Amino acid sequence: MYANSFLFVILFLILGILLPIATVMVIGPILRPSNPSAAKTSTYESGLEPVGDARARYNVRYYLFALLFVAFDVEIVFLYPWAVEYHALGLYGFGEMILFIALLLIGLIYAWKKKVLEWK
Amino acid sequence: MASLWGWHTSALTGISFLGMIIGAVIVLLLILGIVSYLIYFERKVIGWMQGRIGPNRVGPFGLLQSVADILKLLIKEDVIPTNADRALFLLAPVIAFVPSFMVLAVIPFTATHYFTAGLNVGVLYYIALSSITILGIVMGGWASNNKYSLLGGMRSAAQMISYEIPLGLSLLGVIMLSGSLNLNQIVAAQNYGHVWFIIPQIIGFVVFVISGIAELNRTPFDLPEAESELVAGYFTEYSGFRFAFFMLAEYVYVFAISALATTMFLGGWSGPFLPSWLWFAIKVSACIFFLFWVRATMPRIRGDQLMGFAWKVLIPVALFNILLTGAVYEIHL
Repeated sequence: MYANSFLFVILFLILGILLPIATVMVIGPILRPSNPSAAKTSTYESGLEPVGDARARYNVRYYLFALLFVAFDVEIVFLYPWAVEYHALGLYGFGEMILFIALLLIGLIYAWKKKVLEWK
Repeated sequence: MASLWGWHTSALTGISFLGMIIGAVIVLLLILGIVSYLIYFERKVIGWMQGRIGPNRVGPFGLLQSVADILKLLIKEDVIPTNADRALFLLAPVIAFVPSFMVLAVIPFTATHYFTAGLNVGVLYYIALSSITILGIVMGGWASNNKYSLLGGMRSAAQMISYEIPLGLSLLGVIMLSGSLNLNQIVAAQNYGHVWFIIPQIIGFVVFVISGIAELNRTPFDLPEAESELVAGYFTEYSGFRFAFFMLAEYVYVFAISALATTMFLGGWSGPFLPSWLWFAIKVSACIFFLFWVRATMPRIRGDQLMGFAWKVLIPVALFNILLTGAVYEIHL
């Protein structure tokens, strides 16, 4: 029964959630001390008073990489079914995939030339 | 007994459901034990490589060191910073840990598949779930409201999404050769062809190893956790068992990626004379030892080289490997 495999996966999900709950929320509070103080719960900044809020602006390059990631991750999603059916599709399928990869490579080269891939 | 363990082939009954639960619990307990001794093994190996002794105080040969560490983390106070986003702060370690355990459901540990869900989308399932951990890491870094955590979280996300693409692409060659995403069938294909896929897919294997180490945030790609710049990276504010779950996720992934490398490239559980689980254990141990060896040998890569290496070297090489595999197959026929 193939559906049983997914039931097994769901069991892993349930066990994976139960373990943190059991240790952090059930066993933990019995064993660990709890006496918070203002100094203890303040933000750690190498022993100094924290300066400002941590949620400041950060580099826009992270977004550029995220955008590139989306394009290429979708490419991988298209490549996987092709690779599974590769033997059945034959030379025609292979030619089509060369075209598909070439189009994405042009995009990568464009990003490369625009210096998106440099990290400064 | 047969119906208890035969859940993956027979219709679902109460007894086979019980077998399924027992199987999942065994994998969980096994993985907790493996991870404890993985940490001990890592400290010992790196200690020897650096001319030190490594842990040797708790128990004979320091064997109980990890047990002592876990107990210490359990009785540590659970500090939640006042500035932190409480709900996300509590949720982040769980989101980081759960997928790391779930990916083990598809790994074929033995020839009998008692503890394996034979999903027909096995490889895709692994790749998809392992990305969810990035979400937990970014969440933890952001929710801590700490500059080191946020920087570590952002670096980690940028690095992990960049190296996920060559990781996914490097496995494509194996899928083309075996014609299946099912990990059991990939092992079967290697047995049938009498050749481990590391030989026809050596380029893919090299790309897989490099991007696998980067996905694990391990040296030489440990910038998100660079102690000398970022304290501890995204889990700086975490303490006690919440911290332990981030570490646990990391070490479960060390085991999982070694198991994936074994299954995809090194013939999985197959081998002569010895039982299948022992062959699997030997191959996985060799992969894990290699990861520790790399950690003891390599210095940390520079930040500006890190992203360029994934996009300018690994992705073109991985794409070239796919085209090469396809071309060789077309000419061969």
